[in-house]
Amino acid sequence: MTTRAAAGTEATEGAVRAAGAGAGAPVALTNLSRHFGAVRALDGLSLDIAPGELVALLGPSGCGKTTALRILAGFEAADTGSVSVDGRDISRIPAARRDMGMVFQSYSLFPNMTALDNVGFGLRMRKQRGSERGRRAAELLDMVGLTDQARKYPHQMSGGQQQRVALARALAIEPRVLLLDEPLSALDAKVRLQLREQIRALQQRLGTTTLFVTHDQEEALSMADRVGVMKEGKLEQVAQPSQLYDQPATAFVAEFVGTMNRIPGELQGSDDVSALGTVVPVHGDTASGLSVDVDVLVRPEGLEIIAAPGGNGIVTNKTFLGSVTRVSVLLSGDVSIKVDQPSSVAAAMSPGTSVQVSLPGTPVLVAERR
Amino acid sequence: MAAVTSIEQAGAQAPTPTAGSPGRWRTFPYWRWVILLLAGAYFLIPLYAALRFAGVRAFPDIFKQSGFFSAIGLSLRLAVITTIFTLVLMVPTTVYVHLRLPQIRRLMEAVTILPIVIPPIVLIIGVLKVAPRFLLGTPYLLALVYVILAMPFAYRSLDAGLRSFDLRTMVEASNSLGAGWPSTLWRVVLPNISTSILSATVLTVALVLGEFTMASLALYVTFPVWIVQFEQNSGPVSVAASLLALFVTWILLMLIVAIGGRSARRRGGSQVALFTVTRQDFSQTVGEPE
Repeated sequence: MTTRAAAGTEATEGAVRAAGAGAGAPVALTNLSRHFGAVRALDGLSLDIAPGELVALLGPSGCGKTTALRILAGFEAADTGSVSVDGRDISRIPAARRDMGMVFQSYSLFPNMTALDNVGFGLRMRKQRGSERGRRAAELLDMVGLTDQARKYPHQMSGGQQQRVALARALAIEPRVLLLDEPLSALDAKVRLQLREQIRALQQRLGTTTLFVTHDQEEALSMADRVGVMKEGKLEQVAQPSQLYDQPATAFVAEFVGTMNRIPGELQGSDDVSALGTVVPVHGDTASGLSVDVDVLVRPEGLEIIAAPGGNGIVTNKTFLGSVTRVSVLLSGDVSIKVDQPSSVAAAMSPGTSVQVSLPGTPVLVAERR
Repeated sequence: MAAVTSIEQAGAQAPTPTAGSPGRWRTFPYWRWVILLLAGAYFLIPLYAALRFAGVRAFPDIFKQSGFFSAIGLSLRLAVITTIFTLVLMVPTTVYVHLRLPQIRRLMEAVTILPIVIPPIVLIIGVLKVAPRFLLGTPYLLALVYVILAMPFAYRSLDAGLRSFDLRTMVEASNSLGAGWPSTLWRVVLPNISTSILSATVLTVALVLGEFTMASLALYVTFPVWIVQFEQNSGPVSVAASLLALFVTWILLMLIVAIGGRSARRRGGSQVALFTVTRQDFSQTVGEPE
């Protein structure tokens, strides 16, 4: 909290900064479109981010998530649409005057400067005096736990340390918005996990509005207040992580987030579908526009399974995941599915066991058959 | 030569094992020493012969000869003007090409090699035909032609330097932290290509100090032109002057290697990478598969 207090005394210049000092500003992306040649990188994307909120944009590569972030940062211009922060349209303001801290995917520390000078760079550009700047930069380095690295050059630090310095550097300018462009993807798994928690803790403590771009669903789901899943330049769904997982709006979201089984079924009208010998209701209006032959989408924990001689499937494999075990089952018609069971129950199902797999009565998503 | 020496130096200081790790010297086979000695003799014997011919006493005499100071003065002025023109022209151009027009880098490479392909005599006669009157007879005319001659070396050094780090990300990071273009160029881009700039400078200076054909045809008495003219008066002094010119250039080259090595020690990776890229660059220009 010392940082916030310091922020109050230092943020003197500019009504813009006074308004946003420390606390997060609301961000609104409205109807953004962007073409690169024939490629539509963004196709009418709209997204509101509340003050202090962390929103993750999740999607496969080429879905436009990075373009959206770069438009917000001011590195790209949208063909149409507007970007506003704190209710003010900033579409025409150059990146250097947007007050946005950014952490990049690749290591972006200036190789000719020490960690301390890197963190102080933004303050220097804001004409802050040397002593004051050094004190503030040291404070930020301390915040990311790297006080002992202050005098080191980037090449003398590990990847994780470099990204932490980059985070401190981005936060040093008390940005109105923090932009994270896959900042963890170059790091190894263990460091990634630690840094994930550290970024989230800092972001919550400082209350900085944050846009986080990633292709790693685990990262998005564990860090973000809300996650926007993108496909071909459009937002498929924006929701809290749990909602995204439990109530995906489209088949794409359902399959992109978490593990999803596809089981062949047939539509019975537009509200019901029959699969695995039972008829269950269809979730939402996902059936509209589909032919009779569809796939039913069910999560591994959403299926019921019992050992039964002469059942509809045969256990092919088991993966022990701790309290649950993921059982692979081969259904007739060469359909392979995964079912999660408490490990105690799954113990009885060795490969080769005949099982009966069935759907509980809850509504399911359907998608065009593949 | 400078680049080759730098590769060895930089390689030896690299924190990670590379092709040039120090261990190599322990297993340096004797026949390589033989080749090294032969090559050394090839270079040193003519120098020794020249020194014998000129005699040590010829050196102080150089400074007493008429026209010496005006010739060396002109050459130094040309070196300074050419270097400034070259850097002011080439640094922003290469940065711009890297950031905004990366697709024309191949074209740039082809265009900048032209001055090497076109004989100097063709260039200078063409220039003299079309040069505006107010430039004729001023050092600026020759300096402008030298800028063209220096372009292949300057472009390649700067290109290698800019490729040795992630320029785009650095520039964007700098922008996002509130730095405009002048600050970004001055505080972020230039410090990270300082060795390249130094190397471009030394190559340009060496080129200007040694160029004879154009200066002579355009009737400028630069240092090399003076040496040739003076040879008719006194052979030994003229040879002594050539040796002096050689040593001055050699000291300049050693200087860049020393400075480059120092910044490599301080900043590690990026500078070492710079020289590695330089080496790749050479292999590309002779047409090796990538």
